[in-house]
Amino acid sequence: MSEIEVLADQSDVGQKGTVVRSHVIKKILKNPMGLIAVGILTLVVLLAILANVLAPFDPNFANIGKTLANPDSTNLLGTDSVGRDVWSRLVFGARTTLLSALLCAAVAVGIGLPAGLIAGYYAGKFDGVANWVVNILMALPGIIVLLTVRAAFGPSVWISMVAFGILLSPGYFRLTRTAVQSVRNELYVDAARVAGLSDASIIARHIFSVVRAPIIIQTAIVCGVAISIQSGLEFLGLGDPTVATWGVMLSEGFKNVYLNPTLLLWPALAIGLTIGALVLLGNAVRDALEDAEKIKPAKRGSVAALNSRTAPGRTQNEAVAAGTEHHLVKVSHLGVGYPQADGSVKKVVDDVSFHVDRGEVLGIVGESGSGKSQTAFSILGLLPEAARIVGGSIQFDGKYTVAPTDDSVSQSRLSEFRGKRISYIPQEPMSNLDPAFTIGHQLVTPMVRVLKISKSEAKKRALKLLDDVGIRFPEKTFNAYPHEVSGGMAQRVLIAGAISCEPDLIIADEPTTALDVTVQADVLDLIRDLQKSLNVGVILVTHNFGVVADLCDRVAVMQDGRMVEEGDVREILRNPQDPYTQKLLGSMLEGKEPMTMLVSAGASAGGADNEKEAGL
Amino acid sequence: MTRTQGKRSAVEPQGENILTVDNLDVEYPLKGFRRKPFRALTDINIHIKPGETLGLVGESGSGKTTLGRAILGLAPISKGTVVFEGNDITQADRKQRRSLGRDLQVVFQDPYTSLNPSLEIGDILAEPLGVQGQSPEAARKRVRELLDQVGLPSDAINRLPREFSGGQRQRIAIARALALSPKLIVCDEPVSALDLSTQAVVLDLFLQIQKDTGVSYLFVSHDLDVVRHISHRVAVMYHGEIVEQGTAEQITRDPQHPYTQRLLLASPVPDPDRQAKRRDERHALLEVQRLEEASTLPVS
Repeated sequence: MSEIEVLADQSDVGQKGTVVRSHVIKKILKNPMGLIAVGILTLVVLLAILANVLAPFDPNFANIGKTLANPDSTNLLGTDSVGRDVWSRLVFGARTTLLSALLCAAVAVGIGLPAGLIAGYYAGKFDGVANWVVNILMALPGIIVLLTVRAAFGPSVWISMVAFGILLSPGYFRLTRTAVQSVRNELYVDAARVAGLSDASIIARHIFSVVRAPIIIQTAIVCGVAISIQSGLEFLGLGDPTVATWGVMLSEGFKNVYLNPTLLLWPALAIGLTIGALVLLGNAVRDALEDAEKIKPAKRGSVAALNSRTAPGRTQNEAVAAGTEHHLVKVSHLGVGYPQADGSVKKVVDDVSFHVDRGEVLGIVGESGSGKSQTAFSILGLLPEAARIVGGSIQFDGKYTVAPTDDSVSQSRLSEFRGKRISYIPQEPMSNLDPAFTIGHQLVTPMVRVLKISKSEAKKRALKLLDDVGIRFPEKTFNAYPHEVSGGMAQRVLIAGAISCEPDLIIADEPTTALDVTVQADVLDLIRDLQKSLNVGVILVTHNFGVVADLCDRVAVMQDGRMVEEGDVREILRNPQDPYTQKLLGSMLEGKEPMTMLVSAGASAGGADNEKEAGL
Repeated sequence: MTRTQGKRSAVEPQGENILTVDNLDVEYPLKGFRRKPFRALTDINIHIKPGETLGLVGESGSGKTTLGRAILGLAPISKGTVVFEGNDITQADRKQRRSLGRDLQVVFQDPYTSLNPSLEIGDILAEPLGVQGQSPEAARKRVRELLDQVGLPSDAINRLPREFSGGQRQRIAIARALALSPKLIVCDEPVSALDLSTQAVVLDLFLQIQKDTGVSYLFVSHDLDVVRHISHRVAVMYHGEIVEQGTAEQITRDPQHPYTQRLLLASPVPDPDRQAKRRDERHALLEVQRLEEASTLPVS
């Protein structure tokens, strides 16, 4: 098949496959915070595991003859008030403390995770009941429950940790349920249903992976909380004095704080370090899972030096090149780039030049990633913070908005144009209207600000505009909220907003892409009529050659950030010179013989038929 | 219902219907006590023959996606029947679905959310094979074949979906649908999220696969040009009903229903002068329809 070559060159771009988990662990270890946390926890775990080897005495072995002794060669950290070896108790305490924290977390996960998965995936009755139970559990005061449990079952570390685990399970339940709900209706879950996977395997394969990471983070923190609560209870004297834990040691140390303060120091240090390490680990895991690499904000100097476009202390607009003042907009050799983590600049727009005159419609055509929107946004000054102008200039009505030596769009220079003389029609009408305000409010506010007219005057004007853009009941739409109107209507409202302040230039970024074909035709009619009657310049960004043919006088074709061709619309559409333009136009379906190959047109049709016969 | 097949098709579909949908209604229950359910589809009748493509065209909210989902068992059917290969699958349970999964598959619109981002391509493609009880080795072999069939390099097996472009992801989704050599694939706007040149490549792939394997498609799209290019027959949906059905030739050359007529003239052509002519025709048509509507209004 001939498409294989087409693909082969695309697929070089991706990196080599890596398993996500090892990736994450690497990231955690690269993070100093994570490295320290992992180090401390490994140490504590090793102590706990090797307790039998490391401890010279049984934790409860008491040498009555040697109480509150200072450290010596037999008792590394001294002895406590009944002559027990502090080091041995600390080491065995690590074992008990860690195990009890794990028990608590295991109980919480064991209850919260399955319940959350089921409630999130199936919703319905189980979800309702589970939510009630969770609400009750969360309303219970934890310490009082733990005291009650102790009174009923005796001072056992394990029982109190099981009880505490149950109290913590709502946290897991809610976490899991929310995560599951967000993916329950994803298309890949639907695809698995169509394939006939059982619910259990869908949950295990597709849904569990979503909650895995948050569960790990939550568990690190829950373990820390469990240790602190357990130590707290024991410190108050509510623990089991026969079991060596850090909390019991803390309590013991506190009783003898005036005789030997170091008895307090060791368990406190162990508790503090372990909890701290758990919390740090949780944070490190979260940081590692947040995929985006942090890019240090490039120092002004470095980027400027890179592009040799320092602009020291310039305040005055310089005069534009003579003979170009009459153009409404002139973009010359524009380059837009994004500084990367390694100090290089990724160019998304490179050496793009065009101009638009009053009353003229310029189409910028290209596929996704061709830089057409970035070009439009640099005229509007709406590029993201990180973006840099790495070359060229933009002038509007004889004044620079981006002078040849600027490295970013000057917001102050542009703000005198934007909204008043340059306006914008976005791609997604619905997401560009604020759902909290009525349509009327959103039309009136900018007019009051920009045109400095009274509210009632602005309202009158807004109603007229709504009428102008073909809305049948302007009064009703004026008072409606965005969710009450259709997508086509919302786009009309935005067009009304775009022309409300009598601009000279309208930049329309894929204004009809989100609309149905029949609505698109209406909106195109509207834009054409308004453009004629107001005699404004329009820059129309689109991927659709039909839309270009419908509206544009001239057209510029962009590919990978470069402009490959520019000219009169008839010239370009009928007689494209650049191979890329030819390829794009060749991909149009209009006028093609149905059921024939488009890319390998003609050439493989015969071959394909033979193949078919052989295949059947 | 017309059953004429145009001369246009390279493969002449024939034989018994592989899919028959009769008097289908789909209703979504709404929240709230004794609320009337929302009716998404009303009285749908379609049929598809082996090796045939039925294009389903309509505007957003017309119910075309819902019809595809109802056939796949992903939407609640309240009335009517769906018969696939002679078996009534209207209310098929998960077990029946599992055996159906061998013959009935799907390609979704959005190649970005239809692949699980945390699974490798090999695992994604092997999933339907595993469900049908194939051994991991056999599945691995089949996955390689599939990648080759959709024109992806075989080292894609160990990569994650995010390493691929939209067009490549859609190929992966197509490969997943093809894994079990199904007899019918429901394609829900499979090219709408793709760039023009990628769309052409993927449409070619669909046609090539049909030629090679004789699979049938239910091809849902909002774009009449796409549907015309790939379909033997076309059904037009409007407000949850099928308003017109016939060969692709009939529907795109001589549409009968006012909506289809509007739809046909609404799609712009890539030439300023022909587009200007089409625009005038559209305005004339709208005027005629407005007058007709006005004259019928007092009667009802």
